[in-house]
Amino acid sequence: MIMKKRVVGVVLLLALCMGICTTGCSGAQEKKGSLTVFNYGEYLDPAVLDMFFEETGIEVKYEEALTPEEMYTKYKAGAIEYDLLCSTDYMLEKLIKEGELQEIDIDSMENAENIGDKYWEFSEAFDPDNQYTVPYFWGTVGILYDKTKVNDPVDSWGVLFDGSYSGEIIMQNSMRDTLSVALKALGFSLNTNDENEIRQAYELLEKQKADVQAYLVDEARDEVVAGNAALALVYSGEAYLGKEYNPDLEYVVPKEGSQVWLDSWGVTKNCKNLEMAMQFLDFLCREDIAQMNFEYIYYSTPNDAVIEALSEEERADETLVPTENATENCEVCVQQEPEVVELENELWKELKAE
Amino acid sequence: MVERIKDWISRFYLGLIILFLYAPIAVLIVLSFNSSRSRVVWGGFTLNWYSRLFSNRQIGEALSTTLIVALLSALIATVIGVLGALGIHAMREKNYQLVMVFTNIPMVNADIVTGIALMLWFVHFIPLGFGSVLLAHITFNIPYVILSVMPKIRQMNVSLYEAARDLGAGPVYGFFKVLLPQLAGGIVSGFFMAFTMSMDDFVITYFTKGPGVNTLSTMIYGEIRKGIKPEMYALSTLIFAFVFVILLAANYLPQRKKKTVKERR
Repeated sequence: MIMKKRVVGVVLLLALCMGICTTGCSGAQEKKGSLTVFNYGEYLDPAVLDMFFEETGIEVKYEEALTPEEMYTKYKAGAIEYDLLCSTDYMLEKLIKEGELQEIDIDSMENAENIGDKYWEFSEAFDPDNQYTVPYFWGTVGILYDKTKVNDPVDSWGVLFDGSYSGEIIMQNSMRDTLSVALKALGFSLNTNDENEIRQAYELLEKQKADVQAYLVDEARDEVVAGNAALALVYSGEAYLGKEYNPDLEYVVPKEGSQVWLDSWGVTKNCKNLEMAMQFLDFLCREDIAQMNFEYIYYSTPNDAVIEALSEEERADETLVPTENATENCEVCVQQEPEVVELENELWKELKAE
Repeated sequence: MVERIKDWISRFYLGLIILFLYAPIAVLIVLSFNSSRSRVVWGGFTLNWYSRLFSNRQIGEALSTTLIVALLSALIATVIGVLGALGIHAMREKNYQLVMVFTNIPMVNADIVTGIALMLWFVHFIPLGFGSVLLAHITFNIPYVILSVMPKIRQMNVSLYEAARDLGAGPVYGFFKVLLPQLAGGIVSGFFMAFTMSMDDFVITYFTKGPGVNTLSTMIYGEIRKGIKPEMYALSTLIFAFVFVILLAANYLPQRKKKTVKERR
């Protein structure tokens, strides 16, 4: 019993020591204010926040979420007043429509010109006059495939639907992503509101189902890396990691076009100090900061200054810098009519249930 | 022959159970030494993740928040729980049953209900942050302490305390010298139960935490989108090793002690 007590004591002491050692760290800067920032997990180099504080004296209270839906719910719950948030295209569209974001003056930002025109155009899909959001990272959806198993170079969605790789295909377990592929393969817009087109796409997916090994999300990449599947529908960021682990892999955005996703920053209507918020956004667009974040995240950056500074090899990597051609036929997902969404949900359930 | 087969089957069964229980942890430990970030590619042995773990401030902060919250909430819950249990024990039968039902609610209740309820309540009074997480943890820890102290109180001989008071011990002196030692076992196990529950909790913390406050569980959750960092495997391995050593110590040391006492006799 005495021994047990002693063990307990030592444990407690250790725990306390660890707690005290790791807290208590402050720079020379004096605190001038604070911003509450909402972002996805692992989506910003923590060192950037320290630098921001050192330079401006603004402390960032940083909060992370996993999915756009979760972010929306937490934001709407109102338990925490966020000043800035970074979310994905369709969620930003929803927030803008609900009047949750403040108009910001992008021209007043010194470093806004680092963001290429192309990305402001992408933004227009959900923010028509570029009044609310500043692009942060972006990417494409495409096919990650194993060159040792797939003989011909892949350049079309057809490879997923012609049955030649039966049992070797992994699709995304997400209604919109998988449906978009079928729509694009048929030459339709992925934002279509035409019921007929959606039904055709569904039929295509239904036919394909026999060839699909599984509908997965994050594991899709690992299955191809491990050699359990030959082709997978993945996001470009996942594809980059996949290629790092397994040099036999290749990523392609099919010529019919695909989905382009865009994560952007917006200022919420609750933000009391717009000037500080703008300072933060401007900071993120600065070349060295965008560079740090790029190296931390390795998704495609919309920051032209950073792209220009990349090495030849990196610039040639389509998972990092999709070519002009690759994104030519691509579209950003926007919200569809409610009836269409309902129909899609129903068809998706049927597809998964069969 | 039959005996031997029986023996073999029982060993096989035991082995299977142990395999299923520990294989996942073994995988985690192996991955913490994998120099590739991937979960499916073995890139060679490395201690890199361990060194990166110790230089990562985010993980350090999350770990310290987790430990501080667990310690403080367990301590405070133990104090409240022990006093509460004594009070409840002294109640009349009807009230006793009623209060025990109320005590059990936070424990039986789904975490998500407790979490959301606490969040809704806290928003009106205090800013969400470290304080709200601590309060929430104390709240759900109290029943565990009461539940593990209660049986000890029932076994306890109240006459001892009354005798002490008769012999001139003050109420405080009597409490510390007579009551507490009898309850020590229950209090310690209650404390550890509360500590573990607090370390483990995700759902309630998730709803009651404010911006910038992260425990290990909420931090790991945020990482899922981009894949869990191998540093977390390293940390989990260390925590596992730490707990394992404590368990070994707690189980083996006192036994040896007892033996030596017996031998001396």
